[in-house]
Amino acid sequence: MRLSEDHRAFRDTVRRFVDTEINPHVDAWEAAGRAPLHTIFGKAAAVGLLGLEYDPAYGGEGADHSFQLVAAEEYGRIHAAGVGMALGVQAMMATPSLHRYGSDELKRRYLAPAVAGAAVTAIAVTEPDTGSDVARLRTRAVRDGDDWVITGRKVYITNGAQADWVCLLARTSDEGGHRGMSQIVVPTGTPGFSVGRTFGKLGNRCSDTAELILDGVRVPVANTIGAEGRGFQQQMEQFVVERMFAAYTTAGQCAYALERTRAFVRDRTVFGRPLAERQYVAFRLAELQAAVDLLRSHNLATCEALMAGEDVTRMATVAKLTAGRLVREVADWCLQFHGGTGYLEETWTARFLRDTRITSIGAGADEVMLQVLARLDGLP
Amino acid sequence: MNIVVLVKQVPDSGAERNLTSDDNTVDRGSANNVINEMDEYAIEEALKIKEAHGGEVTILTMGPDRATESIRKALSMGPDAAVHVVDDALAGSCAVATSKVLAAALGTLNADLILCGAESTDGRVQVLPHMLAERLGVAALTGARKLTVDGASLTAERQTEEGYEVVSAATPAVVSVWDTINEPRYPSFKGIMAAKKKPVRTLSLADLGVSADEVGFAGATSAVVEHSKRPPRSAGTKITDEGTAGTQLVEYLVTEKFV
Ligand SMILES: Cc1cc2nc3c(=O)[nH]c(=O)nc-3n(C[C@H](O)[C@H](O)[C@H](O)COP(=O)(O)OP(=O)(O)OC[C@H]3O[C@@H](n4cnc5c(N)ncnc54)[C@H](O)[C@@H]3O)c2cc1C
Repeated sequence: MRLSEDHRAFRDTVRRFVDTEINPHVDAWEAAGRAPLHTIFGKAAAVGLLGLEYDPAYGGEGADHSFQLVAAEEYGRIHAAGVGMALGVQAMMATPSLHRYGSDELKRRYLAPAVAGAAVTAIAVTEPDTGSDVARLRTRAVRDGDDWVITGRKVYITNGAQADWVCLLARTSDEGGHRGMSQIVVPTGTPGFSVGRTFGKLGNRCSDTAELILDGVRVPVANTIGAEGRGFQQQMEQFVVERMFAAYTTAGQCAYALERTRAFVRDRTVFGRPLAERQYVAFRLAELQAAVDLLRSHNLATCEALMAGEDVTRMATVAKLTAGRLVREVADWCLQFHGGTGYLEETWTARFLRDTRITSIGAGADEVMLQVLARLDGLP
Repeated sequence: MNIVVLVKQVPDSGAERNLTSDDNTVDRGSANNVINEMDEYAIEEALKIKEAHGGEVTILTMGPDRATESIRKALSMGPDAAVHVVDDALAGSCAVATSKVLAAALGTLNADLILCGAESTDGRVQVLPHMLAERLGVAALTGARKLTVDGASLTAERQTEEGYEVVSAATPAVVSVWDTINEPRYPSFKGIMAAKKKPVRTLSLADLGVSADEVGFAGATSAVVEHSKRPPRSAGTKITDEGTAGTQLVEYLVTEKFV
């Protein structure tokens, strides 16, 4: 797939947004352990970043998925990955199911403010006892008249402490396994809903990752996204989009990190000549760039297949697995070639290494990706 | 208020720029071409005035076919329409000729206010706003760092080296702006898409009634005779402090006549 003049113009806009509204502030946000999401999202919404693929009836831009790819790649240039993650959750993790399966009423109430940047959203799947094995989750919604009464605990929820509503995956019947789960929009201001701990983390420190406690939270059954009992399947589809976001952003992060490292090795003199003149250094960086190019080609192919309406489960899984592993390598080599300065907190390489480590865990660990692929290949 | 903003396409000042060896003009082929930075501030100012007082904003560009990219980009920020003066005979035009062509184009546009950047990052001659005002017989408020519109009256804070002067004029007038005047917006997704549908009218020299020998290389009142690359910076003087560095620095400043 080839990107057009429109994509180029849009890329310029996202880059301006990152350079002017985000990057000058990230150090302060990292130190504070929190980024002001309502402010950031308001600005992101003003340029159209929060509803690119969504129906203009709910404030969306009506664009195709390829613009999402461009935006996500540019988020790779954010100097603290937690902000990109927050934007990704809002646009590509917590809202796709609502846009695709939600009722008009539900979309007017919850999707429109999210697209406008007025409401912060989160996706609440993981629980203390289960992450990879989503089918085992225990948060339960029991029907009482026209309401769900929800009880349970969710952990590691990105944007959790600032969210206005969460897309919650809960068990709504006793069928067990993949059946009997539903996606429900839960406003965080509902009685019985509370934010527990906010977790300290290796990286993504400006991203608030919280524990959510639901104790008899009552929401209308009408807040169910799509069909009751289809929550697991809908969430698996939503995960596909989430994995694509991860792969797109990672390609952007890697390309930017290598660009910065090439500039550094050209400048840095070691044993009387620029580091870049060492074949080992130049070749290693070239190898990594080649791998990034391949990831990017694969991302574009995945994007194109998705736009053509194909099932991209396999392609998105390959992309996410490749991205998680590649960025670990890139982060490590970029730091290595910076030497001692690379290890310092004041050099970008340190935060980059910490921030990107999540990619092999979040949105499904590498081993979960491998399990998906092995099964698609007919292995047990 | 009917506002026309002059927009020039220039090579990106952040990248390597060259002159072509055959005719000593700016090499636009190899450069990454962008909107002249100062013009973005003029566009922003026009949009703010339109938002506050109503009216229309039109972009006016003289430049080769390729300048269409910059026109679309300018339109994506929010203006309503554009006029593109394009003609092969325009290549090599000096500031005097450029002002003649732009004045002729402005003659068809009925502008109350003509906004432009105080200089372009390629030519950097800073004379165009004045020449244009002279040709149009209107006031020139140049180098504005602030502009206030009150009905048909314009008041500008004119930036000077020491501070600023307050100058005012009635419309129509030409106002050139510095980058201290505002913070230009960048286009939204909607703006980018909308720009594709906005009208861009092209005008040739014949349309404007300007003859080809008055412009371009043929009509140039000045010409670049030769050019060479700026020599690489010399290493400079390094002073290592052995107790007298302060004195040495002051001596240097004095010999170089900085103080
Ligand atoms: C910073 C951060 C943000 C997060 N944001 C969110 C969020 O917004 N919403 C949300 O719902 N969740 C979120 N999570 C949770 C994340 O999705 C889970 O941590 C992840 O899915 C792994 O689940 P787990 O932690 O329970 O690990 P477990 O499921 O206990 O797995 C532990 C490890 O076991 C291995 N493993 C797992 N399955 C297999 C297998 N089948 N075969 C072999 N090995 C296997 C893997 O190496 C895995 O890392 C976030 C996590 C972090 C750290």
